[in-house]
Amino acid sequence: MRIDLFITCLNDALFPRTGEATVRLLERLGHTVHFNPEQTCCGQMHANSGYRREALPLVRRFVRTFRDADVIVAPSGSCVATVRDLYPRLAEWSGDSELLDAVHALSGRVFELSEFLVHRLGLEDVGAYYPHRVTYHPTCHSLRILRVGDAPLRLLRSVRGLALVELPQADQCCGFGGTFAVKNADTSTAMLADKLQHVMATRAEACAAADNSCLMHIGGGLGRLRSGTRVVHLAEILASTEHEVYA
Amino acid sequence: MSGGGIKPAQPFAQAARVTLANAQMRRNLRHATTTIRDKRQRAVSELPDWEALRDEGAALKDHALANLGELLLDLEAAVQARGGQVHWARDAHEAREIVARIAVRHGAREVIKVKSISTDEIELNAGLEAHGVHAIETDLAELIVQLAEDRPSHILVPAIHRNRAEIRDLFRRRLGAELLTDDPAALAEAARAYLRGKFLSTRVAVSGANFAVAETGTVCVVESEGNGRMCVTLPDVLISVMGIEKVLAAWSDVAVFLRLLPRSSTAERMNPYTSFWSGVTPGDGPQEFHLVLLDNGRSAVLADQVGRQTLRCIRCSACLNVCPVYERTGGHAYGSVYPGPIGAILTPQLLQLEDANANTLPWASSLCGACYDACPVKINIPEVLLHLRGQITGQRPLDAEAVAFRSAAWIMSEPFRFEGAIRLARLGQGPLLRDGAIRALPGLLGGWTEARDLPAFPQRSFREWWRTRPAPPAPPERADAAPEPDLGEPLAPHREETR
Ligand code: SF4
Repeated sequence: MRIDLFITCLNDALFPRTGEATVRLLERLGHTVHFNPEQTCCGQMHANSGYRREALPLVRRFVRTFRDADVIVAPSGSCVATVRDLYPRLAEWSGDSELLDAVHALSGRVFELSEFLVHRLGLEDVGAYYPHRVTYHPTCHSLRILRVGDAPLRLLRSVRGLALVELPQADQCCGFGGTFAVKNADTSTAMLADKLQHVMATRAEACAAADNSCLMHIGGGLGRLRSGTRVVHLAEILASTEHEVYA
Repeated sequence: MSGGGIKPAQPFAQAARVTLANAQMRRNLRHATTTIRDKRQRAVSELPDWEALRDEGAALKDHALANLGELLLDLEAAVQARGGQVHWARDAHEAREIVARIAVRHGAREVIKVKSISTDEIELNAGLEAHGVHAIETDLAELIVQLAEDRPSHILVPAIHRNRAEIRDLFRRRLGAELLTDDPAALAEAARAYLRGKFLSTRVAVSGANFAVAETGTVCVVESEGNGRMCVTLPDVLISVMGIEKVLAAWSDVAVFLRLLPRSSTAERMNPYTSFWSGVTPGDGPQEFHLVLLDNGRSAVLADQVGRQTLRCIRCSACLNVCPVYERTGGHAYGSVYPGPIGAILTPQLLQLEDANANTLPWASSLCGACYDACPVKINIPEVLLHLRGQITGQRPLDAEAVAFRSAAWIMSEPFRFEGAIRLARLGQGPLLRDGAIRALPGLLGGWTEARDLPAFPQRSFREWWRTRPAPPAPPERADAAPEPDLGEPLAPHREETR
């Protein structure tokens, strides 16, 4: 299958390894991967912070870039949620009915990586090998907007060598929330503190998630505490094999 | 006016610091919210038709809101037909004066009150006090808050932020109760002894309303202690204050909400006391009944297509109990009698987005969506939050933040600019780097690095890697490989992005 990659701005600039891992994984599964360099950013941060007008050109760019794609896959639950859940409303609120049609035509073809693998391709074992103790944080947007369910866990359980340990109060928000972490830094920090405590209680070597924005937040906290627990994107685990380790 | 009301005295972030710094209060809150959260989950999962019930609740409320004007007139007519009197209050001041006038006319020095958030919204107690009338809260938690000269911090459990030992000390001090233990039963008994005297000697009562039925002119209060039942049956005069959005079209609609409300709020299958009254019944119960219909900004909320769903709220408090922000900051941080996720959207809307402090509330959320999942009438709180953020930001003058967002949008609107910005950031981060991470950021972003490191920009972005990577191996011929889909239209050629 030909798959168009949506590599979010954060992944592109700060976490390119996640994008590379996504490419390797999908190619290993026999698909043709395409990256259209006209893409930049889905506009989530703008829309979520109240800058709807500023977000609109980014929505238009996204729609234009991916207009002809059959299937669009992104290693980010929150950015996919933006496209599927927020774009229709942004288009509606802007009063641009053409954009709304274009958005509707697109949203059914955009998938977060784990839901694509499990719910669309029917895969659980992607042939990965990752001999580590891992815990999983199901990010809010994957959980409550995309409803990916246990797709990531099913993938992780099939990874050879991987010991999956349950994260206490896993469905609690890590406190990132984009600009929330800056505007309400104290509250965000209090939420993060509990998340870190739960992650560390698992004594996992790595905390995984399918969204680098949340991982940046959790990882930033773990780093500050010098906890020794790393964060790792799900795609990097799934791309790893005996021969090539991505994470 | 003292405490209460809906005008926050501070921006949210500032007000939140008080509770965030109070370890005891945070523990109290965490304990209470986690307990009730788990219980609610169990109560809700018992019902196989919960989702359908939520849809029904939302639809009934939407129907009522769409026909609000008409239903209110029907309600007025029905109440009058049954011997009640109806008053229309445009704002908090009018509502306070209406209630005070009635109390004064009856020569009341004290009135007893059923727990009611709408009377907190209009700061009724202080309003009555100004006319020499003292209001006595009869709900246990509300009484605790009143005796402590504190403010409610939860819709349902106003004293959620207090623990038992604190309450025992308070009752000893303020009620002169001889309390040896802080056993809940002993605390309740002390309050009961005090309240019993008040129920039997006070002639005027004030209540709120959970619902009012236009068809029959029936007002309904749902509670769990029985104090409300005492208030609406024992006195001679009953004054009920209700927000205009509480009206339902038909008597049968109530059934849906009596299933939704208790499970969502107290995690009970059924609430212990449900009181209905329609006008007056000669020789039985209050012989004079007044219904005050409160607007106080609600018409304006109704006029907003996206924001009007806020008025579906049945004040169950489920959204508070699942909200990670509320759990850490507590209700006082919201500076309004409506705390938590519902408060974050209702308060600024009631104030018509004109209050700068209230306008910080829509940002008091990480948009995790837990509130939307919990809401029994499916108010899409995250959607309304974003809608309000957009409106508030749109009306603000161009400040440093707006400039930053505009520049970011400009950069992101062209890939070459985005790539240039990554390169610049990579060069510019040098002085900020320590051990490969950024540990302190300047300016607006400083809050981030107070508790977290930021990863450094790597040497190569994804798009740079993609451009330079060797051609991928031809996909293996696999018998089980997914069939190539029909691509249909030819793909648009992609421009070379190096310029
Ligand atoms: S918004 Fe929904 S969950 Fe929150 S108090 Fe109102 S009805 Fe309950």
